[in-house]
Amino acid sequence: MRIVNLIRIASRSLSKNKLRTFLTMLGIIIGVASVIAMLAIGEGSKQNIKASIASLGTNSIMIFPGAVNQGGVRMEAGSSANLKREDSEAILARCPLVEFVSPVVRTGAQIITGSQNWRTIVIGAFTDYFSIRNLNVVSGTYFSATDERAAAKVCLVGQTVSVNLFGEGSDPIGQVMRINRIPFKIIGLLEKKGQNTFGQDQDDIIIAPFSTVQKRMLSTTNINQIIASAVSEEDVDGAKDEITMLLRERHKLAEDVEDDFTVRTQSDISNIFGSISKVLTILLGSIASISLLVGGIGIMNIMLVSVTERTKEIGIRLAVGAKSKDVLMQFMIEAMFISFVGGIIGVGLGTLVSVLVAKFGGWPVAVTIYSIALSFLFAAIIGIFFGWYPARKAARLNPIDALRYE
Amino acid sequence: MEKEKILIEVRNLEKIYRSGEIELHALSGVSLSIEAGEFVAIMGASGSGKSTFMNIIGCLDSPTYGEYYLDGIDVLKLNRDQLAELRNKKIGFIFQSFNILSRTTAIENVELPLLYNNKLNSKERREKAFNALKAVGLGDRPDALPNQLSGGQQQRVAIARALVNEPQVILADEPTGNLDSRTSYEIMEIFQNLNDKGITIVMVTHEADIAMFAISNILFKDGKIIENNSVKNRKSASEELKKNPKADINKMLK
Ligand SMILES: Nc1ncnc2c1ncn2[C@@H]1O[C@H](COP(=O)(O)OP(=O)(O)O)[C@@H](O)[C@H]1O
Ligand SMILES: [Mg+2]
Repeated sequence: MRIVNLIRIASRSLSKNKLRTFLTMLGIIIGVASVIAMLAIGEGSKQNIKASIASLGTNSIMIFPGAVNQGGVRMEAGSSANLKREDSEAILARCPLVEFVSPVVRTGAQIITGSQNWRTIVIGAFTDYFSIRNLNVVSGTYFSATDERAAAKVCLVGQTVSVNLFGEGSDPIGQVMRINRIPFKIIGLLEKKGQNTFGQDQDDIIIAPFSTVQKRMLSTTNINQIIASAVSEEDVDGAKDEITMLLRERHKLAEDVEDDFTVRTQSDISNIFGSISKVLTILLGSIASISLLVGGIGIMNIMLVSVTERTKEIGIRLAVGAKSKDVLMQFMIEAMFISFVGGIIGVGLGTLVSVLVAKFGGWPVAVTIYSIALSFLFAAIIGIFFGWYPARKAARLNPIDALRYE
Repeated sequence: MEKEKILIEVRNLEKIYRSGEIELHALSGVSLSIEAGEFVAIMGASGSGKSTFMNIIGCLDSPTYGEYYLDGIDVLKLNRDQLAELRNKKIGFIFQSFNILSRTTAIENVELPLLYNNKLNSKERREKAFNALKAVGLGDRPDALPNQLSGGQQQRVAIARALVNEPQVILADEPTGNLDSRTSYEIMEIFQNLNDKGITIVMVTHEADIAMFAISNILFKDGKIIENNSVKNRKSASEELKKNPKADINKMLK
C-alpha cells in the first residue's frame, strides 16, 4: 500500500466531513495558539524586565532601609528611619569600589505654571544620580554640587512633564514653575525614556537637588533609598560587601543582629524578576497546555465516534482488500492531518494574537522559534497519541462483524 | 479444459455460533467443489446457512471446522493480511445491500479495491475504474453519488467494483434481493455476460426465476446441501428482456 494512496483516502474522508474536521481542528488551533501567545507574553515580559533593569545601569547598587522581605525586594521601603544622607556620604568617602553615590527622596507634587497644572513625582538626589541612572539632558544642564549645597530652587524635567506644561516641541529651559507653591527654575530637559515594564511613564518626572526637596518640600531627614554604582561591573559584588560592612558599623549592629537595610545589585534584581517571570511563563504555558490537551482529547473523541460511525465503511474497505495496517494508517493520517494543519493554523493565529496584544494591549511580547517548535511538536504528538487508539480499534475489526454493523 | 479446473473446494465445513449455553449450527458439514467457469445459484430457506457459506468462501469469515481451498490455496492457513490480499485480487463480493460508500462518487467507489493494490498510478486507476463502470452500463455517470442513483444503478456500481481487479470468482449474496424484477434481469444479463467471458459466479437467491439463469442450482437446508442439479432449459436474461421490452416481467412470467 503506497502512502500516497492512504493520504488520498484520508483526505477524501476528511473532506467529506468538512465541518466536523474543522471543529475538531479548532480544539488544536486554540490550544496551539494559546500556547504560542502565552509563551510570547511571558517571554516578552521577561525580556522587557531584563531590559528595564539593565537600563538602571549594570554597575548600579541600591540600598533600601529595612531588612529583606522574604524572597523579595522592597521597592518602596517608605520612611524607615534608619537610612540617612550621612550614610550616603560615608559610602562615597570610605568605600573605594564605589564610584558614584546619591541619596534619593521621592514625593508626589502638584506643578503649576501660568495656565497649566500637572501632578507628577519629584525626586531629590545628588548630581551623581544622573551618572548612575544613565540620564542625559537633551537641552540645558544638570544641577551642580553647589546648587545642592545651597538647596537651590532649580530642577530638570522629563519629556512628559514638559509637554503637559509647555506644549509639544517647546523648550522649557529658563521657565519658572511652582512645585507645591514653591517657584523652581527649569535648567534641564531629560532625554525621552518611554515606559518601563510596569507601564510607568519614566518621563513623567522632575529631578531636583536632594537638599532642596528634603528641606524645602519634605522637611524630614529620612530618605527613601541610596543609589550607588561600582567602579566597574566586576567590582559590583565587592562594592556591595564594602557598603554592607560600612552600614553595619555606622548603624552599630551587633554580630548576631540582622541588617536593618537591604543592598541589592542590578543582577540581584534581575535574578529576582527573572525568576518571577519564569514562574509566570510556566504558569501561562501550563494553562495553555491544558487547552491543547483538551484539544487532543477532542481529537480522540471524534476519532472514536468516527470509528463507530464508520464501522460499515471499514467493513467495506476490509472486504475489498484493505489490510489492518491500511485501516490503521488511514485513521492515523486523519488524526495527524487534523493536528498538523491545526498546529500550523494555531501557530499563525497565536502569532497574530501576540502581535495584537503587543499593539493594542501595550504588553511586550516575543514569539520565539522555541515556542513555535514546542507547541507544534506537542500538537503532532497529541495527534499521534490520541489518534492511535481509535485507529487501532478500527484496524482490529473483523471484516464480517464490521459489515454487519448497523 | 478450463472447465475441469476446480476453483473452489470445501470439505466438511461447519460453522457454530455460540451464545452462552446455546450452540447454533449455521453450517453442519458442507462439502462442495465448484469448477472454474461455473455459474452456481444457491437457494434455500431463510436461515439455512447460505450467507454463512458465502462469507466463508468469500474469506470474510472463517469456519469452525473444515477445509477450504481457493484456486489450490489452503485458505484457512492464511493470516489476516494474506486473506485481505485474496479478497482484493481473486474475489469480487456483491452484497444484497450494495455496501458502497456513501457520499463517494461511483467512480471513486469502483476505484476502492485498486487503492489497496499498489501496482497502478492514479491515471491507470481512473481508466480501469471507468472501463468497469462502462461494462455495467454506467459509463455516463462516473461522478454520480449513491443517493443520486437508483437501487439497480447502485448495485451496478457494486458489480463494477467487484470486477475492477479482474477476479477469478464473483460471489453475490442475494444481489437482486432489493431490486424490482426488470432491474434484476438486467443484473442477471451482466452476470451471464461475465460468465461467458470465463468468470466463475456463485450467487445466492431465493427467487426461482433468477436461479434459472445459472448453470447449476444448489439447495441448502439446515446448514446442509440437500440438492445439486444442473439447470434444464437455462434462460438467457438478454432474451427475456428483449421479449418484454417495457412490461413488468414478473406478471408476464406468472
Ligand atoms: N453472527 C451470528 N451470530 C449468531 N448467529 C448467526 C450469526 N449469523 C448467522 N447466524 C445464524 O446462523 C443461521 C444461518 O444464517 P445465514 O447464513 O445468514 O442464513 P441465510 O443467509 O441462509 O438466510 C441462522 O440461524 C442465523 O440466525
Ligand atoms: Mg442471507
